[in-house]
Amino acid sequence: MNSLRTVLARVVLDNPTMLASGMMGETGASLTKVAAAGAGAVVTKSVGIEPRTGYINPTLFETDGYYVNAMGLPNPGMDAYAEEMKLARASKVPIFASVFAASIKDFISVSSKMEEYGANAIELNLSCPHAKGYGMEMGIDPDIVHDIVKEVKGSVKIPVFAKLTPNTHRLVEVGLAVEKAGGDGIVAINTVKAIAISVEFRRPVLSNIYGGLSGPAVKPIGLRSVYDLYGKVSIPIIGVGGIDDWRDAMEYIMAGARAVQVGSAIGRKGLGVFEDVKTGMRDYMEANGVKSISDLVGVANERK
Amino acid sequence: MNGNEVVRITEVVREGKGVTTLRFELDRTVRPGQFFMVWVPGVDEVPMSASYNGKVKGITVKDIGEATGALCSLNVGDLIGVRGPYGKGFAQPHGVYLVVGGGTGIAAVMPAIEMAKDRSIVDVAFGARSGSEIIFEERARRSSDNVMISTDDGSHGYHGTVVAMVDEMLAKRSYSQIIACGPERMLYYLLQVCKKHGVECQMSLERFMKCGSGLCGSCVIDGRRVCADGPIFLGREIDEMDEFGRSKRDETGRIIKL
Ligand SMILES: Cc1cc2nc3c(=O)[nH]c(=O)nc-3n(C[C@H](O)[C@H](O)[C@H](O)COP(=O)(O)OP(=O)(O)OC[C@H]3O[C@@H](n4cnc5c(N)ncnc54)[C@H](O)[C@@H]3O)c2cc1C
Ligand SMILES: Cc1cc2nc3c(=O)[nH]c(=O)nc-3n(C[C@H](O)[C@H](O)[C@H](O)COP(=O)(O)O)c2cc1C
Ligand code: FES
Repeated sequence: MNSLRTVLARVVLDNPTMLASGMMGETGASLTKVAAAGAGAVVTKSVGIEPRTGYINPTLFETDGYYVNAMGLPNPGMDAYAEEMKLARASKVPIFASVFAASIKDFISVSSKMEEYGANAIELNLSCPHAKGYGMEMGIDPDIVHDIVKEVKGSVKIPVFAKLTPNTHRLVEVGLAVEKAGGDGIVAINTVKAIAISVEFRRPVLSNIYGGLSGPAVKPIGLRSVYDLYGKVSIPIIGVGGIDDWRDAMEYIMAGARAVQVGSAIGRKGLGVFEDVKTGMRDYMEANGVKSISDLVGVANERK
Repeated sequence: MNGNEVVRITEVVREGKGVTTLRFELDRTVRPGQFFMVWVPGVDEVPMSASYNGKVKGITVKDIGEATGALCSLNVGDLIGVRGPYGKGFAQPHGVYLVVGGGTGIAAVMPAIEMAKDRSIVDVAFGARSGSEIIFEERARRSSDNVMISTDDGSHGYHGTVVAMVDEMLAKRSYSQIIACGPERMLYYLLQVCKKHGVECQMSLERFMKCGSGLCGSCVIDGRRVCADGPIFLGREIDEMDEFGRSKRDETGRIIKL
């Protein structure tokens, strides 16, 4: 019998599939449903200090090959999220609490709250604009990322993962900054900055104009990001971006990911995607005499 | 293919008090009970059930706010954005079934009446506060031998709620299933009546929707996505929901008591 058991920092997953942040994770009950569907861990919707309604619709543009979304981080705020975490903890899988903030102080407040609520790890969403950064994503600046990770690490006991934005040519530098600051792992990638235009209406579709590209179209970018990071950092990497089936997931593992997150595929494939990925991985391992999924992590890097 | 498309309005029909149907061509298969996300540029994009699902599709809109008001003021030749259809449709019941529509919910169940293979296997119960709010009565009569109407004020048909009328109908004829859409209060009491008579039902639920396509989670009820796992749920699934008839969530995800 082969094993899908995966260890991320001190967090033990029964299998390497995870729910990506922003997908269904608004309520404790939906996180429980995802866990019951076979995910090895779940990530909450990104939670902030205050309740946010997010942007007005349209917040999503859809085609067969990709989505562009600008939800605007709707969330009930960290105080109301206590109730959801209480429910979510009834599920047996680890919970990664995704947090966002516009300042280091707020990152610390939300992360501490989520630890208090029983989260097993923190996932820092660094794709948000910096309060003083003129709308610039925080995650593109290695110094800012270093400081956020270091301060949050100093305030919580649970492992801290940093979710990186692909919208920078300094991705590896940012990854190294996470490691240097004591971060326990890296999640790559968040969505790729994008726009959708309506020809008939001669205007951008999303109310926020800019959005984030996700789905099958971003997989090659996610793979490249994980591959590059794997060669440079030694902390675990979680791969995310365009994973639709077990092959996509296996590509991420071979590029260097210890675990994978599934986002957009939840929309069209539903929650069955977790069992599909697990079954495909097990069959592949069986057919190729692989005992543990960890034996496949990063193998594509060794066969240059 | 569910992706964004822009369609031209080919027909506008005023159905009743504040209710307007917009027709447009869209080459996609739409099952009864499915819905579209409908975009009025510069205003909003909102969920709308397909009230016509043939070659020429249609939505039937009640003007209750900004987006619905903008939709109701459109004219033939105007453009709207649509994506979808989303959600699961109503399953064709085996044998004789009853379709119940309350208020604007009538729009969503109309295609479920027309999916009947013949007029004798589908009965209809429509209800509204007053006669001017009853839509699609003639259209229903073209597909069913037995169309019953109720109004709260007694201005048309049975004087009372549609749920009270259905309670009486269930005592007279036995149905394999009930298909329903309407305000949650109506569905809540209808579910009790279905349970009393031991009839299974399929009901279309509503929750606040953002993405409409099963991603964001803003529409969840008891952890199920109304847009993707619904909007049609079975009575026995709904009966197990703690939030049904009790609470919903606002745009931020906070709980609001009903
Ligand atoms: C699956 C589904 C099918 C629907 N089908 C129809 C239909 O066939 N005909 C029809 O007239 N209406 C239908 N509705 C309701 C319709 O979407 C709302 O009336 C509309 O969104 C109101 O927008 P507004 O800007 O006019 O009003 P607002 O003033 O913005 O809102 C008024 C109320 O409408 C509801 N609402 C607003 N935005 C949304 C949203 N994005 N999702 C869900 N509810 C919302 C809220 O309860 C709100 O309090 C449907 C809703 C759902 C979820
Ligand atoms: C509708 C939607 C909402 C998202 N919300 C968040 C969020 O709140 N926080 C976050 O870190 N990432 C968010 N993401 C990004 C995803 O977690 C993921 O990184 C990205 O979509 C790439 O993966 P995918 O192709 O599997 O979707 C969101 C993505 C989508 C499509
Ligand atoms: S509206 Fe986004 S999941 Fe249903």
